[in-house]
Amino acid sequence: MFPLGIFPYLMGGLVIGLGVSLAYVITGLHATQSSFYSTTLSYLTKIPYFQRKDYLDSREWRLFFAAGVIIGALIYVVTISPDGFWITSVQWWRLLIGGLLVGFGTRLSSGCTSGHGISGIASLSTTSLYAVITFIIAGIISAHAMMLMGVMP
Amino acid sequence: MNKRNIVLFLAGILFGFGLGLGGMAKQEIVLSFLQLKDLGLIVLMVGAASVTFIAINIIPRFVKRPFLGGEFKPRTRSLSRNTIIGAIIFGIGWGVSGQCPGSSLASLGVGNLPVIIGIVAEFVGAYVMGRYFS
Repeated sequence: MFPLGIFPYLMGGLVIGLGVSLAYVITGLHATQSSFYSTTLSYLTKIPYFQRKDYLDSREWRLFFAAGVIIGALIYVVTISPDGFWITSVQWWRLLIGGLLVGFGTRLSSGCTSGHGISGIASLSTTSLYAVITFIIAGIISAHAMMLMGVMP
Repeated sequence: MNKRNIVLFLAGILFGFGLGLGGMAKQEIVLSFLQLKDLGLIVLMVGAASVTFIAINIIPRFVKRPFLGGEFKPRTRSLSRNTIIGAIIFGIGWGVSGQCPGSSLASLGVGNLPVIIGIVAEFVGAYVMGRYFS
């Protein structure tokens, strides 16, 4: 069940939780991920959906948050990571098709692994609980379908 | 630069560091969870949600308002058909690629340049949703 042990996962989760908690206690904001994609699009398109007030109000801090996520992972790599820089062996067409579905689906669902899975669950939201159960089941089925078709990793 | 942005930037650094530490910057690790070979992702998610639970449900009993003003409001969304349909579509994409919105960004931070394809695709997916399905 845990070929790599649970320690890195537990520590990673606690550090992520600290980040989300820091943002909440100081600013009252929920530091979640998928909205970043929609609010950033408000800089690029005039379509009314993206020019909503809540998007315009949050797009700046979401950019800072996203930049922090990228730099935080970079700091991990250059400090305590045993592996150094790393490149996936997942094929480009899977990143493309998967990315399209992830971008569309998380925005339709109003949340992702972070919005529903961390902040929503921590808020005891039943909506988020249903969403998390649904995307985990769908993900397991989809990943197994890929394996059955012989697509690896 | 306003204080709120600085705090969110620092929160992002912790979030990205934690994703890296917990292996989630690697699509292979996310896929190994969905292939039911390594259940670590659940440990990470429960760990993160537990700490956040304290911030959302316990700390506001002792601290009236966020330090920079505003108010404490838990993250709730009303359940709709779209919540579930969206979660199904997201789950399929997650299983195809091992990517999710936050881990893609962290993956860029660990030098995984091919994930730029995925990040651009996520923007396109978010655009199509807002443009045609809202």
